[in-house]
Amino acid sequence: MLEAKNLTKEFDSGGRPLLALRDVTFTISQGDFVAIVGPSGSGKTTLLGLLAGLDTPTRGDVILDGVELSRLSEDERAKLRGQKVGFMFQNFQLIPSLTALENVQVPLELAPRNGRSAAEPRARDVLARVGLGDRAHHFPTQLSGGEQQRVALARAFVNEPRILFADEPTGNLDGRTGERIIELIESLNREAGVTIVLVTHEARVANRAGRMIRLADGAVVEDVATTQGDTAGLT
Amino acid sequence: MSWRTLGSLAWRESRSARRRLLLATSSITLGVAALVAIDSFAANVSRSVREQSRTILGGDVALGSRRGLSDTVTALLDSLEREGHVIARETAFPAMAVLPRSGATRLSQVRAVSDSFPLYGDITTEPAGRWRLLRTEAAAIVDPGLLIALDASVGDTVAIGLGRFVIAATVRDAPGVPEFAQVIGPRVFIPARYAPETQLLVFGSTSQHEAFIRTTGNPTDLARDLRARLRAEGVRVRSAEDAERGLTEAIDQLRQFVGIVGMVALLLGGLGVASGVHAFVARKIDTAAVLRCLGASSRQVLAMYVSQAAVMGVIGAAIGALLGVAVQLALPGLAAGLLPVDVTPRPEPRAILLGLGVGAWVALIFALRPLLALRHVSPLQTLRRDVDSRVLRMGRDPAGIVVTLTIIASVLGIAFARTSEPRAALAMAGGTAAAIALLMASAWLLSWLARRFVRARWPYVVRQGLSNLYRPGNQTRAVMLALGFGAFLVTTLQVVQTSVLRRFDFAAAASRANTVFFDVQEDQISGLDSLVRASGAEVLQSVPIVTMRIASVGERRAREMLADTNRAPGQGRWALRWEYRSTYRDSTTAGERVVEGEWFSATPPADGIAELSLEQDIARDLRVKVGDVIVWDVQGVEIPARVTSLREVTWARFEPNFFAVFRPGALDDAPKQFVMVGRTAGQSATATLQRAVVARYPNISSIDLSLIRETVDRIVGRVSAAIRFLAVLGLVMGIPVMLSAIAATRRERVREAVLLKTLGATRGVVARIMAAEYFALGLLGSLTGVLLATAAAWGLVHFVFELPFAAALVWPAAIVLAMTVLTVVIGMLGAREVFARTPMEALRDN
Repeated sequence: MLEAKNLTKEFDSGGRPLLALRDVTFTISQGDFVAIVGPSGSGKTTLLGLLAGLDTPTRGDVILDGVELSRLSEDERAKLRGQKVGFMFQNFQLIPSLTALENVQVPLELAPRNGRSAAEPRARDVLARVGLGDRAHHFPTQLSGGEQQRVALARAFVNEPRILFADEPTGNLDGRTGERIIELIESLNREAGVTIVLVTHEARVANRAGRMIRLADGAVVEDVATTQGDTAGLT
Repeated sequence: MSWRTLGSLAWRESRSARRRLLLATSSITLGVAALVAIDSFAANVSRSVREQSRTILGGDVALGSRRGLSDTVTALLDSLEREGHVIARETAFPAMAVLPRSGATRLSQVRAVSDSFPLYGDITTEPAGRWRLLRTEAAAIVDPGLLIALDASVGDTVAIGLGRFVIAATVRDAPGVPEFAQVIGPRVFIPARYAPETQLLVFGSTSQHEAFIRTTGNPTDLARDLRARLRAEGVRVRSAEDAERGLTEAIDQLRQFVGIVGMVALLLGGLGVASGVHAFVARKIDTAAVLRCLGASSRQVLAMYVSQAAVMGVIGAAIGALLGVAVQLALPGLAAGLLPVDVTPRPEPRAILLGLGVGAWVALIFALRPLLALRHVSPLQTLRRDVDSRVLRMGRDPAGIVVTLTIIASVLGIAFARTSEPRAALAMAGGTAAAIALLMASAWLLSWLARRFVRARWPYVVRQGLSNLYRPGNQTRAVMLALGFGAFLVTTLQVVQTSVLRRFDFAAAASRANTVFFDVQEDQISGLDSLVRASGAEVLQSVPIVTMRIASVGERRAREMLADTNRAPGQGRWALRWEYRSTYRDSTTAGERVVEGEWFSATPPADGIAELSLEQDIARDLRVKVGDVIVWDVQGVEIPARVTSLREVTWARFEPNFFAVFRPGALDDAPKQFVMVGRTAGQSATATLQRAVVARYPNISSIDLSLIRETVDRIVGRVSAAIRFLAVLGLVMGIPVMLSAIAATRRERVREAVLLKTLGATRGVVARIMAAEYFALGLLGSLTGVLLATAAAWGLVHFVFELPFAAALVWPAAIVLAMTVLTVVIGMLGAREVFARTPMEALRDN
């Protein structure tokens, strides 16, 4: 489903190259729930960006659903994301000028499947599934942090993506609200078979995944299946 | 932290932001430039008028009359001369200048001048130093235009009536007469003592007599004294001061009008500053929070950024002042020939300082509003960044209200600083406020309509682009104001110009005439008629003209009414003093329409009193109604006549038009002249006919109307160039304001675009969304301006020029199109960052 091959990323830091990722290689299968963990500055977010095609590696390649990202142009990568990838961010990243419903509709508008007319009912449906059916016409500023993240989650899976990338999705939420978000992500993984790649530094969240990849200093230092993963999913 | 440390910190901290701040404050640059340019230019002109007023008038005091100076006046002038005053005389009359060598003719303005003319200023000639030949010889010094028209050269002999003069030189520069005054014909200066030889100054001919006085005493007293003594003589007495006042007033009106334009530009610039600084503040929240953590008070933080903004404001205003001086130096060249004075451009410190001060102040006060938000930045901001947006939403901050009030007070203060008259200042401030309020209201209305108009089934990029217009903290208003103002200026100028000029074209086309003969004596009319017809030309009209003055209106003598000081000055005074050239006929012409009363009936009135039809405006000035009786002094004979109708007259037509038209019969015995209007096959046929006529009747003047049209076209062309200059200025003024507004939302825009890219939008989609937004902004903004301008132009054309309004479509459409394209281009250029950055970079940024 997702394959990282010798991923290396260098940044230019005041004339000196700074190695953010070195030779990262792993494979993630369809339906996996993977947590990427590590201390601050270990390269977690950089890795996520490369995996999702938001950035290009200095060396190496990413194969996403059978497609080598390095062979695609920026616009082609954008289209691929529109069709197969969902995103969640620590700070939600909703479009402030659009209502909750309109925000959820955006991916459908960008890559219409069943015609544009189907977009609204579908978005409504998904929004109801994250428990926000009654908040459809609120603007992001009128929603709490947890509600905003649920809108973001609805937006992420409205297009039925094959894979969901989440960057610290609970980072800006209190414990209970974060828990609710994780549960929603888990059920998405379980019921729709969506592959989840989640960056976090919270062990509590990481333990919910079936597999944990630990980064330190830009390199993979640990790649293990977590035992709690399955049991946590059942609660 | 001491204030001193703060100052140096402010300077060092501004390092990263100077360019950005300068861009924001540069919004005021063009407003300052406009103010400095017009104030300096007006000061230059006023100074020149003051210095040259005696030259413009021709003396300290001038006496003028169209009837010739009577014996009383001449005796008075002689006694003044004996008292030590210096007198110069000039008699001006139109006459045909003929080159006997070839027979070529050209209608000219003959100026028969005495030896002492001119009393002030110099007339320079080419070749130099020939002016004094007029004192000794039968010489003529002519405008270069005459030599071109006659294909003559210096040394040729020119005939004026029966007199012959050797062309001694051409005029290079003569004081006091703007170029457009030469529309009727080139000037020919001849010595006064040879004027009788022309035999053209006979009774009833058109001539203007002037006497110029140079006094050692007080000119104002002398003018007052002469006015009192010559009241009965029909002589106009003017002092240099009067001439100066008239010109200065005109310049002042221009200054006030352009001043309003400049102030509106400046205030729009202020809005640009506000939006630019708003964006600046959003970037500075973190720094401000860190400074607070390090112990700076919120006042110190504010002071630091206010001082940065103030310095940039001064720089922006200084650039504007420099630009203004540059424009000012170019203006006299542009206006040359339209002004009666030679304007020497020089820097006017008062105007420059005023512009600089006003500009820096406006920049500061408008920057202050967004900067105030920095007071609310708490040190906690360093830990929790999500309170960002709350800081910038100030709500009802009392300090903000104080700033708003200060802005209003500043506008009033600036208006008062620019003019000493309270009424004019209030009008200026009111005009500025009204212009901005109107722009704002229409911008708001149009955006509201646009929002109502959006439909869910429209393409996504369009809906997304349009929804950007209403996003929280959008800059729609600033951009629409800037665009609207530019479009407003351009369109008003363009539409007024089109309406007025088109009217002129219509008027010219409506009359088929291309040749006019005037000063035709009664015994020459049949001879001229056959001469014209024999040449193959058509006689279109032959109009009798009787000169007359008003002796009394109703029971009151005109002389008493003029002496009555209770009558407000100006009201009807000129109409009472005017020498009327009236005609008689039994039908109306195409250029006039009876608006009150009835045209002369077929049967004469029973009481045998004469009847006349008056032009409506002059009837209003004289306070005369249908049925009133006016007694006319027709060259010594008093003829009472009853007003039976009032007419509306289209003066712009190339036709003889009249204030007073009499029923045929009443003026049969009065001495009269005729004007004959004809149509020839073309310019060369006209020239041939003119030669034949002048050979037989030297006193008959004639003019080829196409020459007048050419001259008028030339002047109109120059005016159009000046208008275009203003229009371009208006357009350019909007650009920095727009750039600031775009800069203000750049952060949000980049963030959103990146987000859309993350969600699968291609760069093309992002570009189309932005294009849709700027297209809507450009369209609505320019539409606002164009609609307002059309309304304003209609008002101007209808009420001020009193012409039918020619609704232009092509021009406004072109302006809307051009400005929309401009907006899209500037907008996309301003946001190119959106395309340059990868999604990753931008997502990490926030």
